[in-house]
Amino acid sequence: MNPVNYLYLSALLFTIGAAGVLIRRNAIVLFMCVELMLNASNLALVTFSRLHGTLDGQIIAFFTMVVAAAEVVVGLAIIVSIFRTRHSASVDDSNLMKL
Amino acid sequence: MNSLIPLLVAAPLAGAALLLLGGRALDRFGHWLATALAALSFGFGLALFSDMLGREAEHRAITKHLFSWIPVNGFQADISFRLDQLSMTFVLLITGVGTLIHLYSVGYMAHDERRRRFFAYLNLFLAAMLLLVVADNYLLLYFGWEGVGLASYLLIGFWQHKPSAATAAKKAFIVNRVGDMGLSIAIMLMFVEFGSFSFEPILGSAGTVGGAAQASEGKLTAIGLMLLLAACGKSAQVPLQSWLGDAMEGPTPVSALIHAATMVTAGVYLITRSSAIFDLAPDAQTAVVVVGAVTLLFGAIVGCAKDDIKKALAGSTMSQIGYMVLAAGLGPIGYAFAIMHLVTHGFFKAGLFLGAGSVMHGMNDEVDMRHYGGLRKHMPVTFVTFGLGYLAIIGFPGLSGFFSKDKIIEAAFAKGGTEGWILGLCALVGAAVTAFYMTRVMLLTFFGEKRWQPDADGNAPHPHESPKTMTIPMVLLAFGSVFAGGLFAYNGSFLTWLEPVTGHSEGDSPLAPLVVTLLTTACMLAGVAVSYLMYGRSAVPVVPPVGSPLTRAARRDLLQDDFNHAVLVRPGSALTAALVYFDSRGLDGFVNGLAATIGGISGRLRRVQNGFVRSYALSMFGGTLVLVATTLLMRSV
Repeated sequence: MNPVNYLYLSALLFTIGAAGVLIRRNAIVLFMCVELMLNASNLALVTFSRLHGTLDGQIIAFFTMVVAAAEVVVGLAIIVSIFRTRHSASVDDSNLMKL
Repeated sequence: MNSLIPLLVAAPLAGAALLLLGGRALDRFGHWLATALAALSFGFGLALFSDMLGREAEHRAITKHLFSWIPVNGFQADISFRLDQLSMTFVLLITGVGTLIHLYSVGYMAHDERRRRFFAYLNLFLAAMLLLVVADNYLLLYFGWEGVGLASYLLIGFWQHKPSAATAAKKAFIVNRVGDMGLSIAIMLMFVEFGSFSFEPILGSAGTVGGAAQASEGKLTAIGLMLLLAACGKSAQVPLQSWLGDAMEGPTPVSALIHAATMVTAGVYLITRSSAIFDLAPDAQTAVVVVGAVTLLFGAIVGCAKDDIKKALAGSTMSQIGYMVLAAGLGPIGYAFAIMHLVTHGFFKAGLFLGAGSVMHGMNDEVDMRHYGGLRKHMPVTFVTFGLGYLAIIGFPGLSGFFSKDKIIEAAFAKGGTEGWILGLCALVGAAVTAFYMTRVMLLTFFGEKRWQPDADGNAPHPHESPKTMTIPMVLLAFGSVFAGGLFAYNGSFLTWLEPVTGHSEGDSPLAPLVVTLLTTACMLAGVAVSYLMYGRSAVPVVPPVGSPLTRAARRDLLQDDFNHAVLVRPGSALTAALVYFDSRGLDGFVNGLAATIGGISGRLRRVQNGFVRSYALSMFGGTLVLVATTLLMRSV
């Protein structure tokens, strides 16, 4: 199968993720969209690695996964604590630094 | 004896300080204290005078260095005094007449609740004027000069509850500032040119030649013209004469002090003192005589039209000071006569003003001469003393004014050439007009039928003779008015006395002295006769007639205020308004516009920070897109 198709899939996933980030209000969904964008870029990196026959892209993909895992931990903690104080997961509600 | 010189100034200065700082405790006897200190200063003056007479003419000038005032490398200003024949004359005039005016004020200001303050200012006035005449350098002279300006401001505006008095005080001060600027520029020029302010290095003295002798004529002319400007301000000469008439708003003793002993004589002193400069700058001298001649006619014309007794006398002062300035501008022919007229004028003008004050005192402070009339029977002492002053000022043969004015007219003719004829004729016409307006004052006030009017409260006036404290000074001044001139003229004693300081030369007169004397006397008699025909023979209307255009102009001081208003005030305020407009609309407009623009842009930008995460995310995406697009574009190019 032509590896370029993976790039098309990657672009599609990234666009879905970006559109989700811009359109949705729920913090959890927003978060999942961000993950979608990260994974879309991972897919693109791995595909390029395959096309060029080098390992650089795959290594960077590992880094991205590690960063994404760390980000999930921190981000989910923030979302949970915001939900506890405001009883809402909508990102539009928390437009102030103070309570 | 030298150490007495600072005490001359210190005595009245101490009086001013004591009375101003002493508070109410001094209310009861403060006026006598001030009078005593003025008299003490006169005593010092007499002691120094007798000491001076004991020395040879060449060694009469004495100096006293007190301390170094502003010692900077190359700039040495000292508090040091110089007493020579010229200063001595002034010291005796200032302290003598000043003491008499103090004494008079004791009676005149008896019912004024701010009397203590009044006497403090009088003392300050004397101290400043004395400092002016005994200073040994121009900077210290300037200090006294400014002190005189300050004291005159305080005294003219003494009845500050009257808006007219407050305005008059400000007017006097501001007009004087214009003259003061001339003096300060002259001092700066002298410092640049001669590297000193002291009299001796600049003007020279007996046996030494001053820096002025080596300086170029152009520079001396510049210095001379600036000195003339200064003299015009203090001595109320055209074009800076407008303050003098309004200065009558002050209490009458102040008018007497300003017009006789202090203030207006300062300009004549300055010109005579700087004779070494003027002698070498003929153009400046010409300016001086022109100013003198114009002023003497200007003041005389104004004096003819005024119905206010004090303002008529003020016009007369302006005119008489014009005579002095004219004489001082003639050079060595005239210096001594200028000072001689100054001294005799000091006596009779002080006497006339004190007499006018006495009349006002008896007439419920009425000043309009058309409301006087027939006062000679009610105020005999005032009548006689005022009458002697009157005879002296018109130059009645044998009295003071006759000798001094006659000499000035002679000197004016002696200037020589066409100039001499013009000046001499101006002075003669001035003498005739002087006789006219002074006779008018005399007739309106003391002769004719009673035209007394009730005052604002409806009280009819009950003229009465003034108290002793007021009449004694008037009597003493009348003695001066009668005898001073003859004493000075006897054997040319005044001339001999002043010659070492001012020098003297006989001019080349086209007319014999006797002819001039006869002409002067004829002019004087003509003036008196015309005045008698107009005001003595027929009844004087209480309401002033409309009069000719000249009379109407003279009633308004020959339109001096209208002139100043049109030429100086209006353009000045237009310029100020334009500058304010430029400042508020131009400069402030630019700065404010800049601030408003930045504020507006900030307001717009502030909207971007709306707190919504998704809009931040959108801008991030937008930015990323722009970056990617730019990168791709750059690649393809």
